Amino acid sequence: MKPDILNIQNLCCGYPKFQLAEINIDIPKGSFAGIIGPNGSGKTTLFRAITGTLNLKSGTILLGEKNLLSLSPRQRAQNIAIVSQFSDAGDISVEDYVLMGRIPYHSRFSFFESEGDFWIAGKYMRMTDTWRFKDRLMSELSGGEQQLAGIARALTQQPELLLLDEPTSHLDIMHQVHILNVLQQLNHELGLSVLMVIHDLNLASEYCDRLILINQGKMHTQGSPEEVLTFQNIEDVYKTVVVTQTNPLSGKPVIFLASQKVLKEIQEKLSNRR
Amino acid sequence: MKVEKTEIRMQKKYLRWIVYLVGLLVLLVASVILSLSVGEMNLGFSDIFSILSQGNDSMEYTILSQIRAPRILLGIAVGGALSLSGILLQGVYRNPLVEPYTLGISGGASLGVAFAIVFGLHQLIGSFVLPLTGFMGAFLIIFLVYTISTRSGRINIQSMLLTGVMVSFIASSSMMLLMATTSSENLHGIVFWIMGSLDEPDRSLIYITLVMSLVSLAASYFFVQPLNALRLGEEKAKQLGINTDTTIKLLFLLASLLAGVCVAVAGVIGFVGLIIPHLMRLLAGSDYRILLVSSFLSGSIFLVLSDVIARTIISPNELPIGVITGIIGGVLFLLMMSRSSYRTLKNNG
Repeated sequence: MKPDILNIQNLCCGYPKFQLAEINIDIPKGSFAGIIGPNGSGKTTLFRAITGTLNLKSGTILLGEKNLLSLSPRQRAQNIAIVSQFSDAGDISVEDYVLMGRIPYHSRFSFFESEGDFWIAGKYMRMTDTWRFKDRLMSELSGGEQQLAGIARALTQQPELLLLDEPTSHLDIMHQVHILNVLQQLNHELGLSVLMVIHDLNLASEYCDRLILINQGKMHTQGSPEEVLTFQNIEDVYKTVVVTQTNPLSGKPVIFLASQKVLKEIQEKLSNRR
Repeated sequence: MKVEKTEIRMQKKYLRWIVYLVGLLVLLVASVILSLSVGEMNLGFSDIFSILSQGNDSMEYTILSQIRAPRILLGIAVGGALSLSGILLQGVYRNPLVEPYTLGISGGASLGVAFAIVFGLHQLIGSFVLPLTGFMGAFLIIFLVYTISTRSGRINIQSMLLTGVMVSFIASSSMMLLMATTSSENLHGIVFWIMGSLDEPDRSLIYITLVMSLVSLAASYFFVQPLNALRLGEEKAKQLGINTDTTIKLLFLLASLLAGVCVAVAGVIGFVGLIIPHLMRLLAGSDYRILLVSSFLSGSIFLVLSDVIARTIISPNELPIGVITGIIGGVLFLLMMSRSSYRTLKNNG
């Protein structure tokens, strides 16, 4: 078995009105993992606990061999990079924005970026296909381009684990698939471990090799998409009637929804038959 | 091949900064020379150098060294300090409307000075009491705003801003109360002080202000990386390994101290801390490595030139410099906004 890149045990944390309790997660090195769950189930809170912006009440988080709590913010930023939903960077050029990923490696007094910093930023901008608009301002980019620039910035931190908060929300399917393909490629070629919060269950199923289903601040299920995305689990957590089948191309589970009208029609047919 | 390209990218970026720096330094020297030469007695550019190099006790030498040079030094110090204070606060708050005086610092200082004048402290003890009480008033306000908005060691930026505005209202209303109940002679003294002036008879105060503003500029460069990271917001700065709580606290104190000293020495000179940082963002970009020093320099230039106008426009009388900075600053601001740059202002707190 591969060693874990992320191992969370008995994690409890949260706010006065919302608590995460008894979260246990293990993610093997090199995984492409997804966190799924309804709105307000605690996905973002969990992310904030992992990135250290929220203090833990109890529990441990191990990043590889290292205890995350014993790392300084700087060391943490060298090991974990996070891509948020919105870059919110305003009038910063894409290149300068990506270069900010080097901040965790700068000493307090290093005033200029080194040639190496520029080289690393350039490398990841080419890899994420953001090099062609490196001189444009972040605020001028489309949502998909901003997301790619965010990924380039995170890669420039050279992390062991890449976290993404809903990287595909607000994007059309072309950009959704493009972003996830880039991530898949990075996962494959660099061996980078990826953990993302994602709402779209079908995308989660298609791209992730490991899923973590969270509900009301607690763990529900974790495992392969086939293990997690059963119609029982989904109906239990999302309170929605679904049908699961298999994608003929990939063999991964696909989830079909049923509208209220269709459900009624089916019920009527069934009662007529009786 | 790739390394060569990298070098060029780096050089281009830093070269631009050097151009800005040299340009601003040249402008500063030019405005100092202009300010030395213009006044009740106009001196030619070439005369200035010969007068200064001879260094005798001619009347021209006395005017230059005793009257104009101190004003210029104070203008450089106060203009730079206010502008630096403004850019630091805007960086911390990510809000383009914040300036040193929004947070009640000027209100506190004015209240302190009004208190001293109304109760005749400056006649009792000496004129140095006014800057002292001004500074104490400013510091009291800073302390209040800081403690009210700090809860369990964490600072809440949004509530801090509101607290500052509210405390500022209370201070200015209290000052109105003092003004309404005092004699007209005292009233004149208060109003005159509030309007601000670079006329400071005490040389040592000028030197203190100059040294303090230059030291603060150097100190602010310890925070240049946190400031750059804070452009993305508090949470993202944290994710880049920045200790945002400490940074925000220390920068708030540094900026308040700068503004407090300026108000205490030169009275309320508004708008420098708001306009100049914005102007520099538009010209030099949002990277704090160039923004801090260029804001300082252009603040100095702006105040030295404003003082020239204040001294000469209704000569032999003198206008309060706050009037000039307010009018010029306001017009500049409107021009900037109408020139389709509003987007930048909005995005770039």
